[in-house]
Amino acid sequence: MKKIVHHRRRRWLKQVQGLGLLAIATCLTPLKAFAKKEDADEAIKKIIGGAPIKDGKVTLTIPPLVENGNLVVLKVSVDSPMTANDYVKTIHVIAEANPSPNIFTVYLTPRSGTANVTTRVRLADSQRVWAIAQMSNGSFWRGSAETLVTLSACTEMV
Amino acid sequence: MQGAPKEVTVKQQSSYELMSAENKAMQDDPSLNPAMFWLGDGETLWQQKIGPQNKSCSSCHGDAKKSMRGVATQFPKVIKGKLQTLEGQINQCRVGAQGASPLTYESKDLLALTAFVAFQSKGMPISISETSANAPFLKKGRQTFNERMGQLNLSCAQCHEDRAGLKLGGSLIPQGHPNAYPIYRLEWQTLGSVQRRLRNCMSGVRAQQFEYGSPEMAQLELFLMWRARGLPLESPGVRP
Amino acid sequence: MSKTSRTSITMPSTAKKGSIIEIRAIAQHDMESGFRYTEGGKQIPRDIIRTFTCTYNNVEVFKAEFYSGIGANPLIIFTTVAVESGTLEFKWAGDGGYEAVNQASITVS
Repeated sequence: MKKIVHHRRRRWLKQVQGLGLLAIATCLTPLKAFAKKEDADEAIKKIIGGAPIKDGKVTLTIPPLVENGNLVVLKVSVDSPMTANDYVKTIHVIAEANPSPNIFTVYLTPRSGTANVTTRVRLADSQRVWAIAQMSNGSFWRGSAETLVTLSACTEMV
Repeated sequence: MQGAPKEVTVKQQSSYELMSAENKAMQDDPSLNPAMFWLGDGETLWQQKIGPQNKSCSSCHGDAKKSMRGVATQFPKVIKGKLQTLEGQINQCRVGAQGASPLTYESKDLLALTAFVAFQSKGMPISISETSANAPFLKKGRQTFNERMGQLNLSCAQCHEDRAGLKLGGSLIPQGHPNAYPIYRLEWQTLGSVQRRLRNCMSGVRAQQFEYGSPEMAQLELFLMWRARGLPLESPGVRP
Repeated sequence: MSKTSRTSITMPSTAKKGSIIEIRAIAQHDMESGFRYTEGGKQIPRDIIRTFTCTYNNVEVFKAEFYSGIGANPLIIFTTVAVESGTLEFKWAGDGGYEAVNQASITVS
């Protein structure tokens, strides 16, 4: 069976700690994390262009403490009547500290009934995650959630 | 009784209890549990005719729901003098009864068949007791459990007996019962066997890992299942 | 060459007209992110499901675009209004020519 290195940061962590029994993920390379936040900001800029964005209407739910960042339940809920004249057109979810900021985008219609979507995402580190919603009238709204991501104990020999 | 256990009698607890609500739901709800796909594969493999006599599992065992009910709660088990794990017995059937080649450990097919067979005992209590046949193997498994190993020089017991329920970093230390295997481990992002997990434990203390399918593995698995006796089988489980 | 895998749909088979129903769709797929490396240091190429669409009697009512940050064996839970009886079709498409299709019928009264 091919042994796979999951993430450079994790290998570095292991070498420094000398243990396979790690549990807390910390921000090890501040410069790298800062660059990822910039990527996230750029990804959001691409979505909204120069348009204004307001806080509100969007609720992003992630567990505040995550046992393993490989599969985290994430729910987005946007407050909207979801009628033909007033509905949520798109929701984009962007991560501030993943190798790539975009996680997913959903396209809704007045036939959606609600703007509630649940999926399971990968979170590479403790971070803030953003949900950007565009309404049928073109306006942008956003919400976010912050979470602490820990590592599983006793992983594969790397 | 031979080899009176020195373990303090703490109430057994499945590591299911230590999981977040989301992960518990993932295990309990078939519409959320990724392991269900492997069950589907296993059901297909159960019917697959292979080997020179074109035999499937069902050729001898019929409907798995009936014939395999309770089976996984009794493994590892001594059969014809050899200590067999569930995976080992599946391969024994393939080679001996079907005239086919054995499946590789951690292969999709072996995991699917193991999951399918174990699933037929879901909810049933693990029923391993010490017998004259398994006693020598159980003794060896118990020794391994209590023996320091690896560069970190830790025994299984030091974490999973003495410190179960305490925290290591951000995680709670489980008692380490193998009552949900095969598991969809979030760390692996796929389904895996108890032997894969035990190898992870050994790499965790920087010890030489037991080989897949080895006697040492089977002995340790026997001890762990005996230690977990009475706990209901949760297979296929979800774990972080 | 096109590849496919098992998928599973969970949704009610009957509903009252105008009610909102919840649909759970999951596909068996490793969702290789493209950010992992082999032991030798070689980058494992991305191989993920890219899109998921749901049509209701041939009208698209929901679409999702997945990126590398979506977890393995991707699950999506969403809602739709039970407007009429008929068939909902679910399509997954991804890297390497991956395609999967599933269906469910609904009786709306």
